[in-house]
Amino acid sequence: MSNTAVAMAAQPSEHRPAPRYVEDVIRTGAVLTMFWGVVAFLVGVVIAAQLVWPQLSFDSPYLTFGRLRPLHTSAAIFAFGGTALIATAFHVVQRTCRARLFGGEPLAWFVLLGYQLFILIAATGYLLGITEGKEYAEPEWYADLWLTVVWVAYTVAYVGTVFKREEPHIYVANWFYMAFLITIAMLHIVNNLSLPVSWTGTKSYDLWSGVQDAMIQWWYGHNAVGFFLTAAFLGMMYYYIPKAANRPVYSYRLSIVHFWALVFLYIWAGPHHLHYTSLPDWAQTLGMVFSVMLWMPSWGGMINGLMTLSGAWDKLRTDPGLRFSVTAVGFYGMSTFEGPVMSVKAVNSLSHYTDWTIGHVHSGALGWVAFIVFGTLYYLVPKMWNRPSMWSTRLMGWHYWIATLGIVLYITAMWVSGIMQGLMWRAYDELGFLQYSFVETVAAMKPFYMIRLLGGVFFLIGGLIMAYNMWRTIRSKPAAVASIRPAMAA
Amino acid sequence: MFLRHETIEKNVILMLVLTLITVSIGGLVQIVPLFTIESTIEKVAGVRPYSPLELMGRNIYLREGCYVCHSQQIRPFKDEVERYGHYSIAAESMFDKPFQWGSKRTGPDLARVGGRYSNDWHVAHLASPRSVVPESIMPAYPFLANNKIEYGDIEQHLKTLKIVGVPYTDEQVANAKADFEAQANPDADTTAFEKRYPKAVIGKATPGAGITEMDALVAYLQMMGTLVRFGDLPPERLRQ
Repeated sequence: MSNTAVAMAAQPSEHRPAPRYVEDVIRTGAVLTMFWGVVAFLVGVVIAAQLVWPQLSFDSPYLTFGRLRPLHTSAAIFAFGGTALIATAFHVVQRTCRARLFGGEPLAWFVLLGYQLFILIAATGYLLGITEGKEYAEPEWYADLWLTVVWVAYTVAYVGTVFKREEPHIYVANWFYMAFLITIAMLHIVNNLSLPVSWTGTKSYDLWSGVQDAMIQWWYGHNAVGFFLTAAFLGMMYYYIPKAANRPVYSYRLSIVHFWALVFLYIWAGPHHLHYTSLPDWAQTLGMVFSVMLWMPSWGGMINGLMTLSGAWDKLRTDPGLRFSVTAVGFYGMSTFEGPVMSVKAVNSLSHYTDWTIGHVHSGALGWVAFIVFGTLYYLVPKMWNRPSMWSTRLMGWHYWIATLGIVLYITAMWVSGIMQGLMWRAYDELGFLQYSFVETVAAMKPFYMIRLLGGVFFLIGGLIMAYNMWRTIRSKPAAVASIRPAMAA
Repeated sequence: MFLRHETIEKNVILMLVLTLITVSIGGLVQIVPLFTIESTIEKVAGVRPYSPLELMGRNIYLREGCYVCHSQQIRPFKDEVERYGHYSIAAESMFDKPFQWGSKRTGPDLARVGGRYSNDWHVAHLASPRSVVPESIMPAYPFLANNKIEYGDIEQHLKTLKIVGVPYTDEQVANAKADFEAQANPDADTTAFEKRYPKAVIGKATPGAGITEMDALVAYLQMMGTLVRFGDLPPERLRQ
């Protein structure tokens, strides 16, 4: 097997002139990613505070937990994560294919700005109470249709660029980005099929109902995790970690095996969200078995990411950006081990419906997704703006430690509160009665909700430090050598 | 290997097609049989489409995102059955568009909350949760009792649901507006309405003229989980 593709990312051939890459869109996307990140963390802090002090909804219809929580999840996943994916996908595909983005500036701007419009339509809708009532798929029919249009444009720009590539091999990062693009399209369309009550109104009714709707929703929901938050971010990992470490990907063979295993197995895992529900047992069992198997390809990706650092581990001491990316892969390994454990029915009977799930999600969302985005932006921003480095390496270090501490506080608090609440629900006293009323279990959560809030505040402070550092970097003077070697901007 | 990976990774169309096939299999195997295996939804009597008032109440439940903190799915465990009632069965949510089983219990399960509390309790609790449950962390919804509910297009709601598979009869669609008003009016002649929607809870939760969002939401809460009479059911009827 050829190693050309593997070496390519780390060793751009410099003898050929580089094409004129589309870059303004990537720069704007990087800034928007940072903006949405801070918004998502801030709304998260607000709703975490509401769980400690419920008066903070101020009796307003627009500030209840029920409306703000979708705002938080969508801001984190779709606005912060999605915008990061658009910016990095356009960067990675052009560099690894050595080709200008298909459709050029106009198509790229349409995708980035069209996607921002989708976010604004969805987010304002949540506050007004416009929702389909399906987790992570809350936007109503007209927002869904608009997203479909943007998504087709996104896919055309991406695949079109791969088509006209100058490199014979499609580099591994692109496999993951392409799997993300087509799978999300499939999931989005099937899960959101609905009929509006009126073409001029916002309300629609789902084509699916009851048990089938539950299965389709979690087929969608779990693979929003699997393909949006995992496959696509693995694509990010496969480009930016080798670049930042200046090492080739550890194993080409492993990347093939874990790619195909991951995309095949992930799609089966949805029913583990429906253990012991009215979903037939055969579907639950399939979901559990495939979730456990999924552990292997997940760790294949982790090993490939971490081992890429072979011979370059010393860089972790000097480059906090790379430290973010590598820690992200560590968290990825941890949450993809925790996930299969929680998908085992016996464990799930305790963990389901509790904060354990919330903690698990955040070790993935904060530890993996946000950290790999931070690491990527710390690499991308100096490159895109032609600066020798970020404005302050010291602030990067501060960001790293305060954010890591925030995650640790968050997930440990949720482990304790989740397991405790699960155990309290099923506790019996010596007379054979249920020992705790439901509201007693709610009251017991309070100290842990405060610790979680503190963790969230730390993470938000880290995000603000990064935003400040990014702003100072963009405002600083360009690197002196930039004009002499433009190809090195890769 | 019968196919060298080099071939795939040099051909973008081949790679996309193979990826699409690979990601389609799991979903097809898990989803399609749920529509074709007849025992997926148990054959039990009593489950009916929502009455117009319940339906609009359910839409308020969706609008306020109640599902992010409350499940509607009781698992077959001793403690859950003792705490909430008979475990949930698929038939009970067969007309739910979308399903509202939920994924988190920041608050208690609501699958069988119907008939557990009085209308007055619900009104007081929704308007000011801590006035009745001091440790509650639920947001307050005082505005529900002040907002008159809009139901001019209620017939269109039933028509739309009928197209996407809810078996409303022509009679139910034609009487949608009258039924909506009748259910919230204890003085109305509700014989025909009760025939169309057995077990619907008739009454008005808030005082005063005009039907409020609170009235609709309470009507929905009061019927939740009450349609199937589990006492009469032989266990084999619950097998999937």
